[in-house]
Amino acid sequence: MDAIVANPSSATAAAHVMPGSGFKVSARDCNVYYGEKHALKSVSVDIPDRSVMAFIGPSGCGKSTFLRCINRMNDTIPICRVTGKITIDGQDVYDQSLDVVQLRARVGMVFQKPNPFPKSIYDNVAYGPRIHGFAQSRAELDQIVMTSLEKAGLLKEVKDRLTDSGTSLSGGQQQRLCIARAIAVSPEVILMDEPCSALDPIATARIEELIDELRSNYSIIIVTHSMQQAARVSQRTAFFHLGTLVEEGETGHIFTNPNDKRTQDYITGRIG
Amino acid sequence: MNEHIVTSYEEELALLDKKIAHMGGLAEHNLGQAFDALERRDPRQAELVVKSDKAIDQFERDIEALVISMIARRQPMANDLRHVMVALRIAADLERIGDLAKNIAKRALAIAHESHPKPLMTGLGHMVELALKQLKAVLDAYSERDAEKALAVWRDDAQIDAMYNSLFRELLTYMMEDPRNIGISTHLLFGAKNVERVGDHTTNIAETVHYLVRGTNVADDRPKSDQTSTTLISHD
Repeated sequence: MDAIVANPSSATAAAHVMPGSGFKVSARDCNVYYGEKHALKSVSVDIPDRSVMAFIGPSGCGKSTFLRCINRMNDTIPICRVTGKITIDGQDVYDQSLDVVQLRARVGMVFQKPNPFPKSIYDNVAYGPRIHGFAQSRAELDQIVMTSLEKAGLLKEVKDRLTDSGTSLSGGQQQRLCIARAIAVSPEVILMDEPCSALDPIATARIEELIDELRSNYSIIIVTHSMQQAARVSQRTAFFHLGTLVEEGETGHIFTNPNDKRTQDYITGRIG
Repeated sequence: MNEHIVTSYEEELALLDKKIAHMGGLAEHNLGQAFDALERRDPRQAELVVKSDKAIDQFERDIEALVISMIARRQPMANDLRHVMVALRIAADLERIGDLAKNIAKRALAIAHESHPKPLMTGLGHMVELALKQLKAVLDAYSERDAEKALAVWRDDAQIDAMYNSLFRELLTYMMEDPRNIGISTHLLFGAKNVERVGDHTTNIAETVHYLVRGTNVADDRPKSDQTSTTLISHD
């Protein structure tokens, strides 16, 4: 009977080539414990380069926890323990010899609430390149700051007020400033943890437009509570529930015909 | 399936199904009544069918308005998205079926005073019977979300096509026997074509139901068995 029925989109099959090969970030059997609590359960996923992957799921499902494993942000929580393997370009993120500061330059992060430093717009962006010693001269640093602001779609709005405090900007501008700050250290991966949840719809649209532009150069992972946002900005979507990765696949497929009933119940508003 | 957290959303989806069921029932009823008017040469009943087609059209507009409003306000996803899109397509097919029934009713008016060739009318009657059975089955498949039942309807359309092919030949023969039969035969031929088209719309609905349930399209082409577009009867 099934012989005359078309196969579901084969897009999901693309993710099942050689484990880890051809992907920017790969996780294998990743577990996270907060003390006794098993917060993330055996997550394995491959994240392609130069595209956007969205993590969706109800609060407490583990999506942010997993995101924070990728640049070892969980290291800052004393009771947190991570097992399994996460690689970027095949290099183990949890390798003892790896410099975590270097890692976080390669893997930039943008948070829910815009958090510019209480410094000038210029210094916010110049901060990373300075501490990493990226610029040999003031001219070179200027260049990095301008390019980063330009890439973050903010230059036009701030070019005449670079000495103003970063905190004087609007919420949406502050968030783009944080993206500029992340870009300034030439990351390969950008993690975004609900980057638009504190922004109005217009500022949100600007960030989404920016994400769409940035994906031609970076591997972007975005955690979002807005299913519509995930559907709009990502090429692939991963659904987390109760600490497990339930389903990962091409975004169009996930939002029209997900394979797992739990995914369907969540994205249609049947479970919280 | 679990219910939506938002009750009013759940209610709107249920309302959509109720409207489809109601509209389908009306289309079914009109097709049966139209043939009945034709067979019994009852112009009054034919008029009734023509009039009540307006209600079917209204259902289509209502369903369309509901779907557009749901897309705007609810942003349906996954099976819900398929649900509202599918409702829109089914409503369009049912509206066409209503039109075809109306067309048969109009022919009933046109030939109410002619004598009817009994065997040919019986042939058309069998076609209508099968078309109604198919339509009922596909509406059941929709309300039960039964992809297998929809596929059965999809396959069985070949039977309607086969009946149409044989009726087509019979009517041509009948016309050749006596030119005075041409008027009535042409009307019956168009009537048969209408019923054949009802079958095609029913098949569309079957494909749509399959998509709703499985999220995939019916893969291979259904064997086309209406050969009348390439049929000629020679005079030898």
